Amino acid sequence: MLKRRLIPKLQLKSRQLGAVNRPILVTTVGFERVLDIGDPVSQAKIYEAQAADELVLLDLDSGAPRNEAVLSVLRRIAQEIFMPFTVGGGVRTVDDFRVLLSAGADKVSINTAAVADPGLIDAASLRFGAQCVVLSIDYRQHVDGRREVFVDGGRRATGLDPVAWAKEAVARGAGEILLTSIERDGSRSGLDVDLIRQMVDAVDVPVIAAGGCGVARHFVEGFVQGGADAVASGTFFSFKDQNPMQTRAHIKNAGIPIRIHL
Amino acid sequence: MRRVGVVDYGMGNLMSMVSALDMVGADVGLCQRPEDLATCDRIVLPGVGAFRACMEALAQGGFIEALGEQVLRGGKPFLGVCLGMQVLARRSEEGGSHDGLGWIDAEVCRLRPADSALRVPQIGWNDVEFSADSAVFRRIPPLADFYFVHSFHMVCADAGNVEATCDYDGKVTAAVRKGNIFATQFHPEKSQTHGLQLLENFLNWRG
Repeated sequence: MLKRRLIPKLQLKSRQLGAVNRPILVTTVGFERVLDIGDPVSQAKIYEAQAADELVLLDLDSGAPRNEAVLSVLRRIAQEIFMPFTVGGGVRTVDDFRVLLSAGADKVSINTAAVADPGLIDAASLRFGAQCVVLSIDYRQHVDGRREVFVDGGRRATGLDPVAWAKEAVARGAGEILLTSIERDGSRSGLDVDLIRQMVDAVDVPVIAAGGCGVARHFVEGFVQGGADAVASGTFFSFKDQNPMQTRAHIKNAGIPIRIHL
Repeated sequence: MRRVGVVDYGMGNLMSMVSALDMVGADVGLCQRPEDLATCDRIVLPGVGAFRACMEALAQGGFIEALGEQVLRGGKPFLGVCLGMQVLARRSEEGGSHDGLGWIDAEVCRLRPADSALRVPQIGWNDVEFSADSAVFRRIPPLADFYFVHSFHMVCADAGNVEATCDYDGKVTAAVRKGNIFATQFHPEKSQTHGLQLLENFLNWRG
């Protein structure tokens, strides 16, 4: 039986450390406040030792041209850990897919560039297969309850409905949806299970839910009420009192199929 | 003899495979030209991408003839992974109907689970069933989890070629074997401890 997945999310931001510009691991709150955590490669190794099912790496300096320092972090992770990872942030072209896959990524996520040119989804899917193409959707919920897709790191409204956008993207060849609530990001207030459920019912590709996990129960809610195939979290796993192994036991005890024997 | 060549036909993620083979003690190198295959004792064909693009890249690189020479006629132990397994089939229905290498009497079909809770692609860890005497699954516990990421699967005409299966609303081919040819649908290079064990087994496998 296919297991549900727990996915620590590693967000990278470049910092000037002495003479060098080096990507470091951060977490965010509401996509705005940035908290520095530490070294991404050593943290990735810890997650591997804790048997995380996959990793998501997001380069938050996505306005910058593809950054050699970030690629070198990817290559080091691919050399040292033997588990799947998705990379996103600043992906603009089919050639960006090729570069990231060559650096060791298994899947590439696209967000802003896919909204600007949905044909990128078709082109990448044709070249690399749908299983490589993850559509990342960041959204906010308005006071009237309506949800809207935002791009450019949550700064720019698009007028798109998240579910309608996901359906279009899947029809074009996206193989997975990474769905992130901007307001819940870093809030530890729980996942947006209503939208996760709508999304899972609307598309036939796997859905990764993110934004809001603060306690182990939130993961269970994402899997049971939301029906998510995977739950990703940055904040939850970045602070040392919570780790994937403890969370996994909690999820297993709730009757959800999850990898437990390593 | 542990000189392992990873076929580089210009389609992507080779780093992970090379690093994983290196980790388990292989003397591993990339084969960027067909003639490089002759210098290796074992050959690994990784796979990322779409079926047709992969076959075209193999053909353009001149690898189809060289692989036939080294693996089919030369008998070198061969490991195909993911799309590198699917191209061994006679044909695939991915993006139309396209011919594969035809080393294994099989067709590649889209996953069509009747259970709507199951998604396509299958992405994630699934437990793999294999026979206890399988040399390539030595020292791997029964029903160990391996990492899958695929929308298409291989349907073998000869059940004797199926070395392992996983359940995805019915049995899905997880590994095939025919003589010195072995291939997995899952990614051993991404499957943590059990994946590394499988790669180590491949290095010691006589084919």
